[in-house]
Amino acid sequence: MPLIRGGQFVDDPFFFVPDGKAYPDEKGAIVTLARFQGEKETLFARGLPVGVRLASSENPQVLKADLPRIAAVVLEFPRFRDGRPFSWARMLRTRFAFKGEIRATGDFLYDQLASMARTGFDAFEVRQDFALDDFRRALAEMTNVYQPSADGRRTIRDLRAG
Amino acid sequence: MYRYDEFDARFVAERVEQFRGQVARRLTGELTEDQFKPLRLMNGLYLQLHAYMLRVAVPYGTLSPKQLRMLAHVARKYDKGYGHFTTRQNIQFNWPRLVDVPDILADLATVEMHAIQTSGNCIRNVTADHFAGAAADEIEDPRPIAEIIRQWSSLHPEFSFLPRKFKIAVSGAAHDRAALKFHDMAVEIVRNGAGETGYRVYVGGGMGRTPYVGYVVSDFVAKPDILSFLEAVMRVYNEQGRRDNLFKARIKILANALGADEMRRQVAVEFEEIRTSGTLTVPAEELARIDAYFAPPEFEDLPDDPADGADGMPRDIPGVDPDFLATNVHPHRAKGYCIVTISLKPIGGVPGDATAEQMDALADLMDEHGMAEIRVSHEQNLVLPHVRRKDLPAIHARLTELGLATPNAGLITDIIACPGLDYCDLANARSIPIAQKIAERFADLDRQHHIGELKIKISGCINACGHHHAGHIGILGVDKKGVEFYQLQLGGSGAEDASIGEILGPGFGKDEIADAVERVVEAYLTLRQGPDERFLDTYRRVGIVPFKNVAYGQDLHAAY
Ligand code: SF4
Repeated sequence: MPLIRGGQFVDDPFFFVPDGKAYPDEKGAIVTLARFQGEKETLFARGLPVGVRLASSENPQVLKADLPRIAAVVLEFPRFRDGRPFSWARMLRTRFAFKGEIRATGDFLYDQLASMARTGFDAFEVRQDFALDDFRRALAEMTNVYQPSADGRRTIRDLRAG
Repeated sequence: MYRYDEFDARFVAERVEQFRGQVARRLTGELTEDQFKPLRLMNGLYLQLHAYMLRVAVPYGTLSPKQLRMLAHVARKYDKGYGHFTTRQNIQFNWPRLVDVPDILADLATVEMHAIQTSGNCIRNVTADHFAGAAADEIEDPRPIAEIIRQWSSLHPEFSFLPRKFKIAVSGAAHDRAALKFHDMAVEIVRNGAGETGYRVYVGGGMGRTPYVGYVVSDFVAKPDILSFLEAVMRVYNEQGRRDNLFKARIKILANALGADEMRRQVAVEFEEIRTSGTLTVPAEELARIDAYFAPPEFEDLPDDPADGADGMPRDIPGVDPDFLATNVHPHRAKGYCIVTISLKPIGGVPGDATAEQMDALADLMDEHGMAEIRVSHEQNLVLPHVRRKDLPAIHARLTELGLATPNAGLITDIIACPGLDYCDLANARSIPIAQKIAERFADLDRQHHIGELKIKISGCINACGHHHAGHIGILGVDKKGVEFYQLQLGGSGAEDASIGEILGPGFGKDEIADAVERVVEAYLTLRQGPDERFLDTYRRVGIVPFKNVAYGQDLHAAY
């Protein structure tokens, strides 16, 4: 799947490794939470970046102690209506000060990209035919925001205060 | 009244253009209906039985004459010449075409109105006491905090895809006119022991299939911390509210499952984190800035009339219907002023409907008498909050000409009814014709006044948009093998003494329900201990049994 990161299409430095499958050579691995919890030390010992994929029902709280060693957290949208990943991303950024990649995968809409960016997502697995222009447009539709979030943007209240 | 600054104006304008793009993508087929649905709902657009329905927000129920004229314009140009005021201080247009909706929203934006978050699984339009800023029993005007909440919740990036819709109400008065305890969350302005004003916050109220009366989650939140506190509640809900079952997804279910103590504990943890981060603190200057928009008009120094009653209310004004004075005129905090309820419940009419002509004429009336605001009440009426008593004869005369002077506010014919099967695709049964039938049955004004305060609320299905659980008499439409039936519930209240009505027994047919209501009311009249004992009080004193015995009548009784 094409990956947008930092506002550009990039080569994915990770492989998602389904449970039970062998790790790839020379590339970072993204694994499920269950596998991560079982094989954590083996994974880190590979010396390659480690990513963990969380289902929308999995609270990133469980990763708290390992976050400094984790390069990417992948948050899954099982259905675009499931809004939990917005809270998980925000929590990773503001509560745990996670500096690594927060990636969105699954069923999400163009119209959710701006909120995703606000709550802390910085990487997006998008459809094959998705255009970068659309990505940029999605983030630019609303110039200002009323409330603070993980992006640290100045809010309308800040702007009013000058 | 609140006035948009450049930021608010730009925000709403961009939101209109964003929606225009979404409509265009839907019309070309780029968006499926399934994908378009949550997007249109975020902008108040429903697909109903016959057509689209657009729900426009009237934030905290306050409208200027200019805004009222714009609603008349929308009704005339894009709809069939009328609008329908709802129980959540919105106005619904039942017949817009999808292609026109972006233009309607653009028109509304010119008068600082919008349809943002009037539906969808997000934080909905914030409602407030419709007597705000005028009521004699008010601590503080609740609209400034409602406006602050409106801004904070607009396109909130974290809380736009909640498990289910989320409704917030605010009030600043001793008497609860905003049904606080039936909201997902509610904010009540209170004074603490030290004499400071702050907020009491309730969560977990709701109607629908499993009604709950909300509980207090904090007794006192200091003013600068209110958004931090509300955000903390939202986080607990977004993370833990149920997403596996549509009927269990409201916060009331979570609030009940966790219990008050655990809810308070979890909210406190989140609150502490947000509060100490400082990002959501509402500085005193910001509160003052918003407060200033809602400063009351300069009240003239008018004398009290010596003929007034002990409650300060006029008893007898030449040229004004005494019935109107008794029910539709309410005490105001300023001497020589009063609050006037404009009933949208003429006998035989559709509860909450107003025509474009009525809206225009009301706007003119407001201008003539220097009234800057009109309010929409959750009881589907309109309210003139600041009326000089000496203007009452002229205003009453004009309202009479407009068919807007029905003297029934708070009486048995002031019925709340949802749109029901006439419009709504979720309905089991019709609501409007039942409301009309009951109103016609009790049309006699002397009889209505004799009965006194009695709130009838009708919903066409278990979703309870007509608040039947909170009706002194509640009526719920159910479907039995394709036939419309109506269940009676007694003893509900949406006020500060909130309670959920009790189901009387098997349902009544559409031709029996008005008879059943009448028998219940007659029973009340024989049971009550005097004219001051309201139906609700009698019910609470004697319980449901005496009503059950009579409701089914002789003939019907045998059948059950
Ligand atoms: S209560 Fe039911 S019938 Fe009435 S408006 Fe709500 S969903 Fe429709």
